[in-house]
Amino acid sequence: MKTEARGHGGTEAREGNGNGDRRRRLALVASKGSLDGAYPPLILAATAASLGWEVGIFFTFYGLDILHKKRHKKLKVAPVGNPAMPVPVPNIVGVLPGMTAAATAMMKGWMKRSNLPDVPGFLELARESGVKLYACSTTMGVMGIKEKDLVPGADIAGATAFLDFAADADVSLFI
Amino acid sequence: MTDRIVDVARAVAPTADLELDCKGLLCPLPVYRTAQALNRLAAGQVLRVECTDPGSLADFPALARQRRLTLISATEQGGVQVFHLRKEAE
Repeated sequence: MKTEARGHGGTEAREGNGNGDRRRRLALVASKGSLDGAYPPLILAATAASLGWEVGIFFTFYGLDILHKKRHKKLKVAPVGNPAMPVPVPNIVGVLPGMTAAATAMMKGWMKRSNLPDVPGFLELARESGVKLYACSTTMGVMGIKEKDLVPGADIAGATAFLDFAADADVSLFI
Repeated sequence: MTDRIVDVARAVAPTADLELDCKGLLCPLPVYRTAQALNRLAAGQVLRVECTDPGSLADFPALARQRRLTLISATEQGGVQVFHLRKEAE
């Protein structure tokens, strides 16, 4: 039962899953603004929501680009300093014009061939599953990002609101 | 991989109330679609899911634990994993 109004529901009593115990909770920090950095938190969030868990993601610093309506369509894979490219790309080659675009196109191709949604698609799926999307207000201030720049459903919040949610998490990951 | 029955009730060939084809899909889509399909079932009904993601053999028992479903059977044949899940009363 809710005893008082709270901004983001951190300490309010949690809805049970009908099995006599509270729902599990996943708290993620998404801190990376690259294409390869965007998928893991979105995949984990969609999975946890499918398991009936409560999920919140705090998008902070470059990770906030995942919630950015324009930028999240243009997230990229960096070939420089990335030793995991399928064909090894020496850093001195990775800096050449077009290499980032090539690495990005390659990953987008993998995802498409595997029938996996793109980043906007995963966000839509997360939102439909009730995942809370916390947009870091400090990042918005520092980077000059406005609420209208973000996908609908993003909750602007500071670290305090997220920690209030994360304090009761069963699993917390920084990605 | 040889044919195998991972879980209980090897003699039972359960009838399904709903069938879901997740062949060709990778995590998290099979579990996500299964979760959505379960919402359309009543307690006691059985969902049959076919998958080809090899992670499904680990994921579906975990899904059953997390969602308190009964995994009636989990088999693999020719690279296709077939699961029967029963939704339990909440």
